Amino acid sequence: MSIITANRSYGAADESRPLNPSIPGAIRRPWRINSFLSWVTTVDHKKIGIMYGVTAFMWFLIGGAEALLIRAQLARPNGQVLNANLYNQIFTMHGTTMVFMVVMPLSSAFFNYFTPLMVGARDVAFPRLNALSYWAFLAGGLLLYSSVFLGGAPSGGWFMYAPNSSVTYNPGNGIDFWIWGLLIMGVASTIGSLNLIVTILNMRAPGMTLFKMPVFIWMTLVTSLLTLFAVPVITVAFVLLMFDRTFGSHFFDPAFGGDPVLWQHLFWLFGHPEVYILVLPAMGIISEILPVFARKPLFGYKFIVLSGAAIGFLGWGVWAHHMFATGIGPLSVSAFSITTMTIAVPTGVKIFNWLATLWQGSIRLRVPMLYAISFIAMFTIGGLSGVTHSVAADDRQQTDTYYVVAHFHYVVFGGIMFGLVGGLYYWWPKIFGYVLNEKLGKIQFCLWFLGFNLTFAPMHLLGLQGMPRRYYTYPEGMGWEFWNSVATTGAFTLGTAALMFGYVVFRSRRQALAKANIVVNFPYFKVALLALLPTLVFAGLQLWHVAAFTFMVAGVIWLFLLFEGLGAPGLTADDDPWDGRTLEWTISSPPPAENFTHTPTVSHLDEFWHRKYAEDEEGRLVLLPESERVDYNVGPAEHIHLPSPSLNPFLLAFSMPVLGLGMVYARTTNVGFAVAGVGVLLILASIYSWILEPAVDPTPGLGDTEGGMAEELVLAHAAAATQSALSTGASAGALTTGSGDNDQSGDQQ
Amino acid sequence: MTQVAHDTQVTHDDHAVDDHGPHVVHETTTGISNVKLAMWGFLASDCLLFGGLITVYFLYRAKPQVGIVPKDIYDIPFTSITSFILLMSSLTMVLALSAINRGEVRNMRIWLIATSLLGSVFVGAQIYEFTSFIREGVTLKSNFASSAFFVLTGFHGVHVFVGIVILLSVVVMSKRPGFGVAKAENVEVAGLYWHFVDVVWILLFVLVYLLPAPSAGL
Repeated sequence: MSIITANRSYGAADESRPLNPSIPGAIRRPWRINSFLSWVTTVDHKKIGIMYGVTAFMWFLIGGAEALLIRAQLARPNGQVLNANLYNQIFTMHGTTMVFMVVMPLSSAFFNYFTPLMVGARDVAFPRLNALSYWAFLAGGLLLYSSVFLGGAPSGGWFMYAPNSSVTYNPGNGIDFWIWGLLIMGVASTIGSLNLIVTILNMRAPGMTLFKMPVFIWMTLVTSLLTLFAVPVITVAFVLLMFDRTFGSHFFDPAFGGDPVLWQHLFWLFGHPEVYILVLPAMGIISEILPVFARKPLFGYKFIVLSGAAIGFLGWGVWAHHMFATGIGPLSVSAFSITTMTIAVPTGVKIFNWLATLWQGSIRLRVPMLYAISFIAMFTIGGLSGVTHSVAADDRQQTDTYYVVAHFHYVVFGGIMFGLVGGLYYWWPKIFGYVLNEKLGKIQFCLWFLGFNLTFAPMHLLGLQGMPRRYYTYPEGMGWEFWNSVATTGAFTLGTAALMFGYVVFRSRRQALAKANIVVNFPYFKVALLALLPTLVFAGLQLWHVAAFTFMVAGVIWLFLLFEGLGAPGLTADDDPWDGRTLEWTISSPPPAENFTHTPTVSHLDEFWHRKYAEDEEGRLVLLPESERVDYNVGPAEHIHLPSPSLNPFLLAFSMPVLGLGMVYARTTNVGFAVAGVGVLLILASIYSWILEPAVDPTPGLGDTEGGMAEELVLAHAAAATQSALSTGASAGALTTGSGDNDQSGDQQ
Repeated sequence: MTQVAHDTQVTHDDHAVDDHGPHVVHETTTGISNVKLAMWGFLASDCLLFGGLITVYFLYRAKPQVGIVPKDIYDIPFTSITSFILLMSSLTMVLALSAINRGEVRNMRIWLIATSLLGSVFVGAQIYEFTSFIREGVTLKSNFASSAFFVLTGFHGVHVFVGIVILLSVVVMSKRPGFGVAKAENVEVAGLYWHFVDVVWILLFVLVYLLPAPSAGL
């Protein structure tokens, strides 16, 4: 019987592995590396969850800073903060960042960390692919942001409407960076969602039937399915746009009869399911928070689950409501109006079920609960303004005004970000081993709530008064001055609230460390400031591009400081600080490397609650004394085979931006093709290095070779197939255009 | 007072035996192994990729075009033969799987190499077709029907190419010690991908080459 002593110290899961030098593999399997580097090679879903969350929050601050620049520019008429071009770049990056690099990965953070814990599994189905999806997300994001110092960010809006995205109107490289950054992030999302789907469908603890899964897991499943099917659609759009820009095809070029509206169809056929990809995880999170803090079972569990699935299904039939103003014809408009109204039904079902969960509960207004309740209120406002858009005549009045901006920020921020931040407060003790300070948390919540409403509520009025979106400035005397200044004040309040979240974490961690008498020796803050030094120097010299580059490097250093520094070895919280209902609260905080020493057996929805409470003859809840509870986690551990750390996911992921970078420059220089070729070779090399390395280290007592070798062979290929397909597809494109270059250049003039 | 937890432990003891085994079908797994389920999921996702490209192709070939379109210069007999060759590769793929299921690693290798050869003939024929089209003046840039044609069929060709790389990798991997019936599933999963690519081609051959284009302006 092989036993690993549960290593309960934070972030230390991988480090104590001895190396067996005889194991095969193209590169040496890393071991006994110091803790910072261990994050590069980890395949532990918990660490990957933390990495997703930290990275998303970092980009939230950057996307937030962009939002503040927008609001600073619009605070007064004839604003001088940004010029038109910079303004376009900023709002494009704001939208792209917040959608693809904040909300999606922040949801992924929760998915990764809690899916195995809530279904009673030891890890996800494919731990190395999980690491790959994180690193590919980071690599794609860095590629996208490197456009800032390599000639300017994309400026076509996050929707990148054609023909404005063509070379004619957008000759810079920004849009090419955008395409390739998002393609790589698309690979990350596809792999990530496949992994979660397989984990949920195949690896649930004994007894956990589909309808005994927590709602959050249901929403993870629906979201992953949506991602799996929506991403290829936008991939098609990206690839066609890439061919248009790099190889001169005519998909979206009206001069050659191409159809710009086709782009909108493809974009929104992805884009509207995307809205549900963004919101369903937050709905899952608050469906976990509400019953815990109302001390009642979730009302209408099956209705909530099935309406979530219904939203996921109906979400595919509403995309053209983004296009009522494009002249798609009265029949289409009517059809999409009706489907859009229909989708309000399952959403309404959910809202009423959440309200019924609160009804007559013994509500504890802790910070997670405040966020969850605000989610319901704010999301309802956003949902109602959404229903007004399903009325096509009304929608045409509001298209491209600030009313739309107000609507989707009430959904995306008022709903989703409230839900996600609530989730952070709720699960923080489980992840990092300390509860976030309640008093500071409440102040932070108030600022957040106030700032949010001050920013976005006035935009309803501005929109109804006719203020258009995406315009970089407005003249005096339009009657928009007052509400714009209110919105800007609100935005800076919101920015303060976001920074204050960092302070809440900092203070709470410090208090917890003092209480537990733990001394952390590493000078996190000094290193963080030092990392910023080059940026300050270059900014002082007004070398903006170099400064932007060094800032990105500093950002990556900060990521690692936060991965390692948010928790601390030895820092532990109560297993069950909130009197929770689901399996993750049965184990220690933070959880041991193997999650469950004994695979739990599940007999109820809200399994943990049923282990703690019974009912007396009159149906009242009775807390079982400790002695009468069954503790499943005693006795020797069995069959623990943890996946071993690997450098290959990191190598594969960072081969992708090499290809991307090459393809960006392939439009203007043939050197680009050479770089792209190197990228393809690197991708192939890291795939084979991956294949040659067994998934589980064969060292006796730590794992076994079973399921090693070729287990992930085919899948690794498939995962990279999308990527290779794109790259080789591009080369094929070069082939088909190569000889046509000369005769075609004449045509275009 | 009820002892809920105790009861459940008794009821579910029989499930506590093996929760990861692919062959144990019980209420908390699909009974399909992780790798195979993931491959099915990936193929489902790929369906939408081709779905999107086919839609774009159909949308664009119905519109009036400038210049020669691929439709005017199709060599249907030639493409029929290469299609037949690609379809035959599905047969050899099945034979490879059947060989490894019987533990015959050598035969599996032969059939896998045969499959990749048939696939390579198809890819080679496609490259020949593309170059001959380009020689006749139909390029990616000519008009949007040709743009859509090259991207759609090119994407499929790349899928076949990736499939060949996968199959040859399996051939190389099978040289390593310990390869046998236990690894048959990897061959099966590679086969799933290969068959999918073949099925897509049946669709493309019918839709792109055989189906008459509607009259312009539809």
